[in-house]
Amino acid sequence: MSARVEAIGATASERVRRELSGRRSDLLGALFQLLLLFTLVFALAVLLVLLLDVGRTAIPFLLHRGATVFTAGYSSLPANAGMKQGLIGSAYLGAFVIVIALPLGVGAAIYMEEYARDTALTRFINTNIRNLAGVPAIVYGILGLAVFVRLLGTVTGPGTVEGKSLLAGGLTLAVMVLPIVIITTQEALRAVPHSIREAGFGVGATRWEVVRSHVLPYAAPGVLTGSVLSMARALGETAPLIMVGAVTGFLATGGGFLDALQQRFTSLPTLVFAYVKKPQAEFQDLAAATILVLIAFIFVVNLAAILLRNRYERKW
Amino acid sequence: MSGALTPEDLHGARSRHRRERAMRAVFFSAAFLSVVISVAIVASLAGGAIDFLRKVDLGTLWSRGWFPRRNLFDVKTIFAGTVMVSAIAMLVAAPLGLGSALFLSEYASRRARRLLKPILETLASVPSVVMAFFALRFISPEVVQRFFGSDVPLFNITAAGLAVGLLVTPLVASVAEDAMHAVPNALREASVGLGARRRTTSVRVVMPAAVSGITAALLLGVSRALGETMIVAIVAGGTGGSLFSLDPLQGGQTMTAAITALATGSDQVRGAGPAYPSLFFVGMLLFLLTLALNLASERFVRRVRRRY
Repeated sequence: MSARVEAIGATASERVRRELSGRRSDLLGALFQLLLLFTLVFALAVLLVLLLDVGRTAIPFLLHRGATVFTAGYSSLPANAGMKQGLIGSAYLGAFVIVIALPLGVGAAIYMEEYARDTALTRFINTNIRNLAGVPAIVYGILGLAVFVRLLGTVTGPGTVEGKSLLAGGLTLAVMVLPIVIITTQEALRAVPHSIREAGFGVGATRWEVVRSHVLPYAAPGVLTGSVLSMARALGETAPLIMVGAVTGFLATGGGFLDALQQRFTSLPTLVFAYVKKPQAEFQDLAAATILVLIAFIFVVNLAAILLRNRYERKW
Repeated sequence: MSGALTPEDLHGARSRHRRERAMRAVFFSAAFLSVVISVAIVASLAGGAIDFLRKVDLGTLWSRGWFPRRNLFDVKTIFAGTVMVSAIAMLVAAPLGLGSALFLSEYASRRARRLLKPILETLASVPSVVMAFFALRFISPEVVQRFFGSDVPLFNITAAGLAVGLLVTPLVASVAEDAMHAVPNALREASVGLGARRRTTSVRVVMPAAVSGITAALLLGVSRALGETMIVAIVAGGTGGSLFSLDPLQGGQTMTAAITALATGSDQVRGAGPAYPSLFFVGMLLFLLTLALNLASERFVRRVRRRY
């Protein structure tokens, strides 16, 4: 009896030893890993193909046309057309978004993270901000059309402009990125440890003094990264600008900054949209060149934001 | 030293209190502005939508196609277009996004992750009008027409859907990767300790534990795909209107493309007719649809946060 048990035990332990020590090749596992790697590489390859496809058209075109592409305005003759107004419009819009959305967004985030107690109203505002961040860009365009163009048209763009001004476009974009600025700032504020605040309160500082001198300096890199990224997003956005009437045709230039605010406007992505729709081949080349400038700008801004984050990211 | 310390002495200067109250009010109004924006969105959508419903013959909301200029507002046409584009987009974005997320979270070394994740985020920052150009120049002729024959029109729903999918992929990947990364290591160690292979651990332990976040990522992806505008406006080929169709290899109209078409040249109609306010009506439908998806996804994300 006991001999039999021993024999079974011996075969079992022999078998377990073999199972544990043998290096069976895990073919399925390797295949699975390869498949996952493929999905990632595929996503990245799309980016590469896109850049190559745009660059292949845009670079010879830019070399051929030279600097005139940047100084020429909109024209129905492809040889005379350029992207000057798009560059100016995008620069104004970018500045506008930063000037309006950054202070409002940071202020709102400071209230939500530093001041607000956990009440029903606070929770409601928080949910509301998160939902605003998910509202499609085109719906912000409809908001801009209804409020900034039609309701406030006499202020934003009087006369023949009919409200379809740079001011209306800039306000629409600023409202659109505001929730993103708030959310990224909230995350940056949350990452600052409580002991930093308590040190401030301990020496009798008020809440605003603690925020200004303790919390904000530590949160600044995160806040800047977030706002830079939201500006990049605003600069690439086309749909809301089309809704508030960004011009896809001729545009007069001239006048100072304040005049320009109440004038009709265009932007780089709007120009791309206008040129892509044209049948002539040279307009397609021009669209590619405009895209290259737009992408280069957005990538540089993004890269700056990522480097900023990596450089100043603090582990507490 | 004179006398005992009273609470008054600890009270601090009045001017500091005043400033504190003022700053609090400033910050509160900034936060409350988000509520004002929401109200303004709903008001501007609802105002135009009611205007539309009052002017339109309700029978035309269920007819042969979407032709605002001829007063035909078949809702199912643009809804079918939107659903087809989003479904094709998710067929691309779900496997690519989740696969990339799983690789980054479970297989990639820390250094590889630090390098690859920003590149993926860069893909997310490609403007949609650029992706539209790419779809028209590359995806439609080189992929769709090559696979499905050259009798497929250059402007078609499938090319638009594929391009939207590529645009949504990094979003899905990023949210899903966050969820998988948040799964505690103890679970992985327990699984490996029982002798499970890495694939078993990834698929049977990490993914079920992160299922809420993965669902949220997919819902967010769908919501983004529904609202994507420029790609469908340029590539889907619905200029001027479209008959009801369920063929993804033909051109078609989506909700977002219908809105831009109404607002820009192609369909611009001003005046007393129902065509112009119909853009608010479509906007309202789109808003409600994405709101429902976002609320659901928010609920799933919160469930992850509570558990770990």
